[in-house]
Amino acid sequence: MKRTLVLTAALVALSGPRAFAFCGFYVAKADTKLFNQASQVALVRDGDRTVLTMANDFQGDPKEFALVVPVPTFIERRQIEVVDKALLDHLDAYTAPRLVEYFDEDPCRARYLEESLAVKAAPAAAGAAKRKDLGVTIEATYTVGEYDILILSAKESTGLETWLLESGYKIPAGASAVLGSYLKQQMRFFVAKVNLKEQARLGFTFLRPLQVSYESPKFMLPIRLGTVNAKGPQDLFVFALSGKGRVETTNYRTVKLPSGTEVPRFVKAEFKAFYKAMFAEQVRKEDMRAVFLEYAWDMAWCDPCAADPLSPEELKKLGAPRTGPSATPNVFVSRLHVRYDTQHFPEDLVFQETADRENFQGRYVLRHPFTGQAQCAAADAYRRDLASRQEQEAQNLARLTGWPIDEIRRKAGGPTKITESGDAPAAPWYRRVWKAIARD
Amino acid sequence: MAATAATTDLLAAAPPRPWKPAPLDPRLYQIGALAGLLAFGLLRLDLEVRPGYAALILVTVLAAQYGGTRLGGLPVFDPRSALISGLSLCLLLRTPSPLGAVAAGLLAVGSKFVLRVRGKHVFNPTNFAIVVLLATGEAWVSPGQWGSAAFFGFLLACLGGLVVNRAARADVTAAFLATYAGILLGRSAWLGEPVAIPLHRLQNGALLIFAFFMISDPRTTPDSRAGRILFAALVALGGAYVQFRLFRTNGLLWSLAACSPLVPVLDRVLPGARHRWTAGPPRRSA
Repeated sequence: MKRTLVLTAALVALSGPRAFAFCGFYVAKADTKLFNQASQVALVRDGDRTVLTMANDFQGDPKEFALVVPVPTFIERRQIEVVDKALLDHLDAYTAPRLVEYFDEDPCRARYLEESLAVKAAPAAAGAAKRKDLGVTIEATYTVGEYDILILSAKESTGLETWLLESGYKIPAGASAVLGSYLKQQMRFFVAKVNLKEQARLGFTFLRPLQVSYESPKFMLPIRLGTVNAKGPQDLFVFALSGKGRVETTNYRTVKLPSGTEVPRFVKAEFKAFYKAMFAEQVRKEDMRAVFLEYAWDMAWCDPCAADPLSPEELKKLGAPRTGPSATPNVFVSRLHVRYDTQHFPEDLVFQETADRENFQGRYVLRHPFTGQAQCAAADAYRRDLASRQEQEAQNLARLTGWPIDEIRRKAGGPTKITESGDAPAAPWYRRVWKAIARD
Repeated sequence: MAATAATTDLLAAAPPRPWKPAPLDPRLYQIGALAGLLAFGLLRLDLEVRPGYAALILVTVLAAQYGGTRLGGLPVFDPRSALISGLSLCLLLRTPSPLGAVAAGLLAVGSKFVLRVRGKHVFNPTNFAIVVLLATGEAWVSPGQWGSAAFFGFLLACLGGLVVNRAARADVTAAFLATYAGILLGRSAWLGEPVAIPLHRLQNGALLIFAFFMISDPRTTPDSRAGRILFAALVALGGAYVQFRLFRTNGLLWSLAACSPLVPVLDRVLPGARHRWTAGPPRRSA
């Protein structure tokens, strides 16, 4: 039985316990995947040229893998590549929301340290299909890497649906109408499945990301097929690379993820859970009608760095534009994260490049209190401020994640006790006042 | 007393009339509505409007209006139209540089004074400035940023409706919205798309701002009702062409700019009474 997975466009299996589809229908082990039902796409835009790299972490029987993506033009062999998954992993790591730690200085002296952690997004799943009847035309067949690829066009959707079904692909009910609307817009279908012989010969045990490039003014990602038979919302990460600036959606709100917030220290041990809960809470606040910007940065640098920027070679492999024959690509990356379903995202995502090159990152701050000995007037002020700061951190976390405040306070363990000698609790205010007077 | 004497003279000069409240200038409603929307966008929608740039745009349009008034020999400095243009620019245009903000303000107001045919300016000032800056690639419009919250759409429609009714040019807005909605619904029906898709496209704050505050500008629409309806339909068709054939964003803004030079032609073919903002003897104003 073949299972059809579609990029941004999934033809979902109708039955069976593992009926998943693309754009995150693929459910991996929950403990290793941050967001199950998630897909990753690198989308490079240069003028009217688009390079689309679709990651997939399909771990089932390769015979069951298939990917169907509507594409705006005919695709020649040279427009298809198979790339290293590490490219997308690197892109993911570089753009991931990050936690930064600051250690409070000795209020009487000074010290400073910084460290960063980052969370990776979940990898993606990707998704597959011969003959000239039923109005279906196989415009081309290619074998690229471990994949057999077909470029299909069709006169009408029922013929295409029948053809796909007869060819062993499982098409969900309702897909026909969606296929039809793409056909009427003169779109083709890029269909990929695994060539088992090639896969054995190449020796890959996993499926590498597929890359398609094309020239078209259409700057969009088709998500409708993927929602036809989806079981609940799906997550999609789009790493948009542009020579111009930040990329945003034009038909949905693009909203920046809250950033720069100070949170309690225990978040360090639970950063992944924090990111997940925070994203869910922000989705809820926006009524699941927004695309979130998690990172927007000039690829030449980072601060703090969750991972090193991608090398010019890596960027070239992703199809990034070059400013000159030997120059480093002048790339601005936008990491967009969307949780979507048909109800809230009825139409495909349409993008535009903007001239905005202002850097943005999802960044959360831990501040470690000074716990050493401190005896000075500034230390007294520091002690007074610390309790209210830590309460504020707890409230920030509750606001960002929707976690119960009492639970947060319990985990945070109450205000840190800073002592003058380093081990005894802080004296009550009247004693401190008395001491101060006595000192004078 | 001198003041009393002056008052007496004035009273003597005017024939006695029963007192009637003067009708409020619709532009004041428009300024209020646009300022309210800007505040809503800043506070609730996190529109990426930098307050400093917004201020810069407003100062520029007022300064340009003042300069134009002096150079053009207009009798009085009237900031209302310029403020409307400025506020609309703040709402729609995004630019990464203060230079872009200043250029937008100058282009908007400058176009009113320079690009004129038969005493009427050709382009909606805001539209002209936006399109020129879009063409440079140094600015952009974020049509999705308004979201599709039904409440917001409703609010906008009410505010906008009020404005347009006061300006007595509701026919342009109605004709435009009807044509554009017809195109979107018809296209989706032909493609076999669910109705949720065209509805989602129509529930867009930027579309409502365009329909109620930009295309309805009585100074740049044809004089006759037939002309206005034809014009609105052309703009809607052009917008759909840019969006669904050329696959470019901001189709309506491009379309309005492209259709605006047709207005003098429509005025010649389908003549009508020239719009005036307030009652009183007609006079040249920008």
